[in-house]
Amino acid sequence: MKIPRCEQLLEIAEEAVRQALRYGSDQADVFLSNEKEVHVLTRNRELEILKQAGSSALGLRVIVDHRSALVSTSDLSLPAVEQLAQQAIEVARQTSEDPHISLPEKDCYRDLPFVERWLDTEGLRVNTERRVSMAREAEQAAFDFDPRIQISEAGTFSSSENIFCYANSHGYSGVFPFSQFSMSANPIAVEDGQMQRDFWYTAAPALSGLRSPAEVGTIAARRAVRRLGARKTATCEVPVVFDPYTAQSLVQEICNALNGAAIYRRASFLRDRLGEPVASREVTIIDDPTLPRGLGSRPFDGEGLLTSPLTLIREGRLTSFLLDSYSARKLGLPATACAVRSSASTPSPGPSNFYLKPGRLTPEDLVSGVQRGLYVTELIGFGVNLVNGDYSRGAVGLWIENGELTYPVHEVTIAGNLSTMLHHIEAVANDIEFLGPIASPSFKISTMTISGT
Amino acid sequence: MENFFEQKFGLTEALYQQLLGRALSGGGDFAEIFLQYRIAEQIHLEEGRIKDPTRVISKGAGLRVNAGEKTGYAYSEDLTPEELASAAETSSCIASSARDFKISLGAPATPDRDLYSPETPLIELVLSEKLDLLRRADAAARSYDRRIKEVRVSLLNEISWITVINSSGVFVSDRRPLTRFNVFAVAEDGKSRQMAQKGGGGRIGKEFFRQNTPEFFASEAARIAVVTLDADPAPAGEMDVVLGPGWPGILLHEAVGHGLEADFNRKKSSAFAGMLGQRVASDECTVIDDGTIPRLRGSLNIDDEGTRSERTVLIERGILKAFMQDRLSARLTGAPLTGNGRRESYRHIPLPRMTNTHMLAGQHAPDEILRTVQQGLYAPGFGGGQVDITSGKFVFTTSEAYLIEGGRITRPVRGATLIGNGPDALKRMVAVGSDLQFDEGVGTCGKEGQFVPVGVGMPTVKLARMTVGGTSV
Repeated sequence: MKIPRCEQLLEIAEEAVRQALRYGSDQADVFLSNEKEVHVLTRNRELEILKQAGSSALGLRVIVDHRSALVSTSDLSLPAVEQLAQQAIEVARQTSEDPHISLPEKDCYRDLPFVERWLDTEGLRVNTERRVSMAREAEQAAFDFDPRIQISEAGTFSSSENIFCYANSHGYSGVFPFSQFSMSANPIAVEDGQMQRDFWYTAAPALSGLRSPAEVGTIAARRAVRRLGARKTATCEVPVVFDPYTAQSLVQEICNALNGAAIYRRASFLRDRLGEPVASREVTIIDDPTLPRGLGSRPFDGEGLLTSPLTLIREGRLTSFLLDSYSARKLGLPATACAVRSSASTPSPGPSNFYLKPGRLTPEDLVSGVQRGLYVTELIGFGVNLVNGDYSRGAVGLWIENGELTYPVHEVTIAGNLSTMLHHIEAVANDIEFLGPIASPSFKISTMTISGT
Repeated sequence: MENFFEQKFGLTEALYQQLLGRALSGGGDFAEIFLQYRIAEQIHLEEGRIKDPTRVISKGAGLRVNAGEKTGYAYSEDLTPEELASAAETSSCIASSARDFKISLGAPATPDRDLYSPETPLIELVLSEKLDLLRRADAAARSYDRRIKEVRVSLLNEISWITVINSSGVFVSDRRPLTRFNVFAVAEDGKSRQMAQKGGGGRIGKEFFRQNTPEFFASEAARIAVVTLDADPAPAGEMDVVLGPGWPGILLHEAVGHGLEADFNRKKSSAFAGMLGQRVASDECTVIDDGTIPRLRGSLNIDDEGTRSERTVLIERGILKAFMQDRLSARLTGAPLTGNGRRESYRHIPLPRMTNTHMLAGQHAPDEILRTVQQGLYAPGFGGGQVDITSGKFVFTTSEAYLIEGGRITRPVRGATLIGNGPDALKRMVAVGSDLQFDEGVGTCGKEGQFVPVGVGMPTVKLARMTVGGTSV
């Protein structure tokens, strides 16, 4: 292991586990995170915010008689950890016994590899001037795109250097350093007294994985300008094409509905559907923690289990849920090593790089196949009910007429039911772009209710 | 209280003075130290079991330097003089004309009033007393109706000590308790499955639960889930909407409140920019942000920049009067401070944020308002909402809603979303009820990735011709 900081944190995590056992815990595990962030924000091409800082936090889970509790602290000193371990055990004893509370079985574990491929040490060294100039260039590109871009709320450039560290009482421990970079442009277009904002961003584990500032600014400006003159449409039922940005938010909802915790809580419309067709044959959904350029990539999960790719929906058929060891035990299913965790939380199921598999069509193909419909570029509001799949959100986009994008639309809602919408995904395009750990290409839903005038 | 960080971490006035001097050594106009120590606990009950209690302790110092419109910010979780000095150095880099500053600290102070409950904060009570609240709610929700199949209860308690010291002579401390209780219920019959939740809290002690019992929250969550089982799909299209009193004030928060935060107006990105003194609503509408109401979730003795919280009239009888300010916006625009400079934690830069935003009561009796609607929607409960500050567009989803037919509330409907435009919605507020209520203490507001507790309040209000986004055309 080459990074001394990693070794040091690993020692602290292992020591915290020893303290928990010493004070009477049957089992224990520790998740420790360390982050250094640098954030630059420019507005109207002037540097406005420069933020730099580092932080660490340790979360210790103790398990006594199938009862658990978690304590978390940003004070990593031995006395602080020792005191917390005692407190945690005392609290755990007062909770309810639950036979499913336990670490994964010892034979599920393998030695955890040290993986550095998601750490871009070189990229992290880029100096403040360069960071500021990238944020500025992104803003400048937006201004240059169209004279109607008259205000820029921000150009940003951020990076973080992270270390995740895990240790448990089975004797397994691992450490995972990684970096993340992102850049954004947030322009406002002004015309005839109307203002429309939009934005675009790019994010990657390596600096070289980012789009250029010029691309980011140009895309953001194009998105803002094309919203000028937006109006409402009449209430109707028509096909809807989601661009990759809005498609991603719908895939996020599917991800939440496939979460093992929502399943055992009977809080997902996809519960009891394992093995059944739940979507059209165009739909294949994958969670892949091993993606080379994934923002959610990780060699081991929040319970220290080695990770591997998982298909959740294959050609429309539900093949798996996202499970941690607790939800797997509760549901009587094999674990899938999908535990996510922060230093302030116990493990719970969650995605790594979760995406809808791209199809062969281009996004233009999707639009050209629509007589009358809506091309959606932004969704707002929280109108998604995972318990029964009811879906209704505010939408912004462009009206499609005879296979062409025409005037901009806003102040309408699109509504349906996720269960039906999944079956109505008629076509999936090839334009996937990972802006975060969850991604999707454009797709078309054959019919939804648009509510307007 | 004012000695908390001295007693616990040995931080002294001499050190603060040094740090501010160091922070301004690059030539900034203003420097600030924000110290925070926070203990937060979460207790959950699901499937009748108390599960995974969590206790999180965090501490840190945020150092901020302003130079013109620029902000340099650094934070440290290590409260040693060396690490703090290094953070001060980092924050000073934003300014570029080195000069020597003589800093004179103000005298350490505590707020001149205490808006929080004088009783013991819940986080300091023994665990068994708190577990009892969760168990009572679980039992009450389950016994409400046999169609209640799943109940989850949560209790979140925290206490946060803060001290703000700045180069303008502010040196003030606060100790803030906060509690939030929530019951989530899933109802199921042969055909349908629905969820609902009800919660409350504030800057309270356990006295809160004597009036607002766990049984009340539980039976409300259960009632709404069961009522919604038989609900029809929401209508789609334009219609009159009547908002119930209390939590529906979230609409005011999103549609109007965010647009009146000073930063968006200073940057001219708000739909309300440049409209001070102009008519933005009907005569019936007076909108106020008030951080001084005892024990409410959004109330603060001082904001996170050390400014005393206030009652600010934002819109008076329809005329736009003021924006909500933090120090930076107030200084740059020459406006007075309003006590709205808030941040999520020491890791965050303060922004103008709301406290308890509400509309004053009008003259109409609530049922008189309902009687004026032939065909419309009555919405006493909402989930979340979101706004686009620039275009003013907002969206809300109801958690409890009914059709109004012939001036009367009739059938329940589910999944209704309201969409509109902030400045426009204000003008559509055609009747304001006499029944102002504040929400029970559940609101959390997100802005630029920072989450802070807020309160909202509103009387029954009629909105003429709003777009309702359901599935039933």
